[in-house]
Amino acid sequence: MFNKDTLEQSGALRRKWEDAVKETVSKHADQKKDWTTISNLPIKRVYGPEDMKEMDFEKDSGYPGQYPFLRGNQPTGYRGRNWTFRMFSGMGTAAETNKRWKYLLTTGQTGLSAAFDMPTLMGYDTDSPKAMGECGRCGVAIDTIEDFQELVEGIPLGKISTSMTINPPATVLWAMYCACAEQQGVPLTKISGTIQNDMLKEFIAQKTFLCPPEPSVKLISDTIEFGTKYVPKWNTVSISGYHIREAGSNAVQELAFTLRDGIEYVEDVIRRKGLDVDEFAPRLSFFFDAHIDFFEEICKLRAARRMWARIMKERFHAKNPRSLWMRFHTQTAGCSLTAQQPYNNVVRTAVEALSAVLGGTQSLHTNSLDEVLCLPSEQAVQIALRTQQIIAEETGVTNTIDPLGGSYFIETLTNEMEEKAWEYIHKIDDMGGMIPAIEKGFPQMEISDASYRFQQQIDDKEKTMIGVNRYKDEKEKTAVPILEIDETVEETQLKKLADVKRRRDNRKVQSCLQDLKSACKTGKNVMPFCIEAVKNKVSVQEICDVYRDVYGEYRDPGIY
Amino acid sequence: MKELSKRIIEGDVRSASHLIRNIEDQMPGTDDVMRELFTVKKDTHVIGFTGSPGAGKSTLTDGLITAYRKLDKTIGVLAVDPSSPFSGGAILGDRIRMVQHATDRKVFMRSLSARGSAGGLSKAAGEAVQIMEAMGKDRILVETCGVGQQEVDIIDHAHTVVVVLVPGMGDEVQTIKAGIMEIADIFVINKANRDGAQKLYREISAMLASSPSNKEAPERRWKVPIVMVENLNDHDKFQQSVETLREKLDEHYEYLIKNHLLANKAQHKIEAELKEALWSRIFQPVVDKLYADGEMEQMIDRLVKKETDPYTLADKIAKEYLDK
Amino acid sequence: MNRKIRILLAKPGLDGHDRGVKVLARCFRDAGFEVIYTGCHQTPEEIALTAIQEDVDVVGLSCLSGAHNALFPAVVKDLKQNGAEDIVVFGGGIIPEKDMPSLHKAGIQAIFTPGTPMQATVDWLNEHITPRD
Repeated sequence: MFNKDTLEQSGALRRKWEDAVKETVSKHADQKKDWTTISNLPIKRVYGPEDMKEMDFEKDSGYPGQYPFLRGNQPTGYRGRNWTFRMFSGMGTAAETNKRWKYLLTTGQTGLSAAFDMPTLMGYDTDSPKAMGECGRCGVAIDTIEDFQELVEGIPLGKISTSMTINPPATVLWAMYCACAEQQGVPLTKISGTIQNDMLKEFIAQKTFLCPPEPSVKLISDTIEFGTKYVPKWNTVSISGYHIREAGSNAVQELAFTLRDGIEYVEDVIRRKGLDVDEFAPRLSFFFDAHIDFFEEICKLRAARRMWARIMKERFHAKNPRSLWMRFHTQTAGCSLTAQQPYNNVVRTAVEALSAVLGGTQSLHTNSLDEVLCLPSEQAVQIALRTQQIIAEETGVTNTIDPLGGSYFIETLTNEMEEKAWEYIHKIDDMGGMIPAIEKGFPQMEISDASYRFQQQIDDKEKTMIGVNRYKDEKEKTAVPILEIDETVEETQLKKLADVKRRRDNRKVQSCLQDLKSACKTGKNVMPFCIEAVKNKVSVQEICDVYRDVYGEYRDPGIY
Repeated sequence: MKELSKRIIEGDVRSASHLIRNIEDQMPGTDDVMRELFTVKKDTHVIGFTGSPGAGKSTLTDGLITAYRKLDKTIGVLAVDPSSPFSGGAILGDRIRMVQHATDRKVFMRSLSARGSAGGLSKAAGEAVQIMEAMGKDRILVETCGVGQQEVDIIDHAHTVVVVLVPGMGDEVQTIKAGIMEIADIFVINKANRDGAQKLYREISAMLASSPSNKEAPERRWKVPIVMVENLNDHDKFQQSVETLREKLDEHYEYLIKNHLLANKAQHKIEAELKEALWSRIFQPVVDKLYADGEMEQMIDRLVKKETDPYTLADKIAKEYLDK
Repeated sequence: MNRKIRILLAKPGLDGHDRGVKVLARCFRDAGFEVIYTGCHQTPEEIALTAIQEDVDVVGLSCLSGAHNALFPAVVKDLKQNGAEDIVVFGGGIIPEKDMPSLHKAGIQAIFTPGTPMQATVDWLNEHITPRD
């Protein structure tokens, strides 16, 4: 990046500076010996031109909107359009969530995002014995399309984009969305949104699963194919590093495992569905964590964008420039929040949100200060949303694109993280891909090691969490208001489900399930069968039981 | 007869598990109960599984439990996991893969920690087998990773030994080195849908064909079968191959009975048990005493300084105790 | 004689957030305990029967989905029903303070919330758990 003269000059000045440092340190030692990121990457005292001398401006950087998109996908950055302020929410019954959504739309939120309760996420109905005590606890409970209709009642599905955090039963919930849109008179070509639908990270990190990895990936390829053909504005998979990070990985692992998951999906769709990479790659989306180590996170996001562009171009020979774009949503790090002195979480979230914005995110969720204690209260959600609005409209950080680009430190750390992530990706390639790697327990074990190490560092005060291992307030009592979940939710939901099961045409239900089962057995795309089934009020669990029956049930191998 | 022995014979899981623990922890007083349990007449097929970590033994055991439960057999499972060499603690996670049987009262699963090199694992495992036999279990499945002499010793307590291999894990070389080939009554090639399964099959077949160990007359000879267990992702297929394994296990047990070899195996088993009883009564107290007296430390100190050698010291101690 | 604390760590319910429980499993191993870990998605009955089969002194439950009020007491109840009420049960996870009195009353002997140092949990176990004879 620099010519010989600059490097010579810089070298001479650096030697002078090094002497000065030596002298200062001999009189006044540094505060600590090791300076590392939260992921334990060593950081130098200062960076200069010699650190990035190997970097090639055209090959490795370019301007925004130019390959390899290090500096952003869009030539106009946030000047053309801010990121989407998308706050994840859902609780109790569909009607309650619907009310919350309508409220959020009046406060300036620009996209909806649905959180489901554990039984829905795992493909059980509220009346399953496995669902005991879980109904409506950490999201909205959906058993049949009647619940879904209540959820989206009065929300114009042709105008608003909706993100649904749903994985194993993604086909079912998406089918419900499609069916509801039809009922509103909105054609499938007009609806937009995202289903998370990323199973590989579930096996690696979040442990919400139904079937073994192989058939799970097959179902994802079904949705990608269906979306490509009939629902072109939908993001059918959100390849997620967020959960990997929250499970305790470090930043490089998050980067590497997420991208490798992406590779696995692309390969499967090409192999299984025979689609051309450029037909579906533009609809792939990603989802990252914004943790508390400010610069590391910015570099991670920049590196992710560049690496995906390289993967698409070099590995998959994509030609459509949109295939090369990594579009991603970011959420601030839930695991960085503390139950102790919870108001400090507002500050953490602001710093993390800023790193996501400086990393060029397309969409952002900011955590509420009480999220480590309970589901967020309305007031807490408002502060979190306002945090994004302050960043976008007051701070001036959106004035120029990639304001940290060209910083010696940022570029060097971006390069280093990319290099380390490639090492992981190549290792997983050598294992035969992500599925064999998961079967071996490789990514799971790497994450376990990293999370245990981090916890030890917290316990030993090598890393700081304010209020937890430093500046503790021994007299502290939780002072934030706690959102109460109505204890009658489960009862209401059970009644409703029993009622639907009585009213519906149960012969039709059986025939829908039979059709779905034979589609599964013959390897057909399940989506049309799911849509037909949910229209006939087949429940989430009834469809998932077909998957369990045909594909087998995956149980947690409990790798520690 | 003691109350505890009675409860165990009646099948009380809690009493049995606690006795196993007392044996593991080398608590005093267990021998009295074991004496009583030893005389209980048993009709149990004890099956040992060994193979390298990651070979899928637990998943296989899980499938076998399903197969045996279909025939209404009662089951005991002993799963041995390694322990941390630093703390002596352990994470025992084998039963995760058998969770579907957790609420089946006819299945008793117990995890054992190898407890480092402190010894006594084989004794504990052997006595745990006896306890499960006394409980009247029809089948006992003992699972251990095939690394280290201690783990191999456990296999002495089994009537039938199943060696589990996986293609492409370097198992081929490893097992031959470990001398595990000789102890196998049945081979399982697990994850047989992987590349290299056929190659592994051929290698084992070739090795078995040239094995000099079997000197029995052909009609009395046990032909060691190789069972391929396929695709763990395809549940039906997996369970089918486990059925095949179950049949082979039954055949082997019948073979032992028909040829009056069960007595041989039993003799072998009893010999191992006796050796362990002797070990715990002769060797262990000596070592314990050396530690307690601080003599061990002194000797180690002298050895470090090269003032003497281990052989001289051992001779001296042996003379001291054996002459008594 | 070499008595070791035997502990079952289990995740009742449907949530799969196992970071905390796995970190604790390693921490307890390194403290010299024997830890039985049974993975995610366990029912209270599975947990109770496992505790008995494994002859543990103590069961640690982890739940982050908010279902602890139903699930934790259910484990205690199942232990009791199977004649093992002497096995100590403690819990951890995202548990609001207001739920603690009723959980204590239901027989959950301690509750550790996020931010508890690992050593504090080890100390609590060493202090409160005596393996039965």
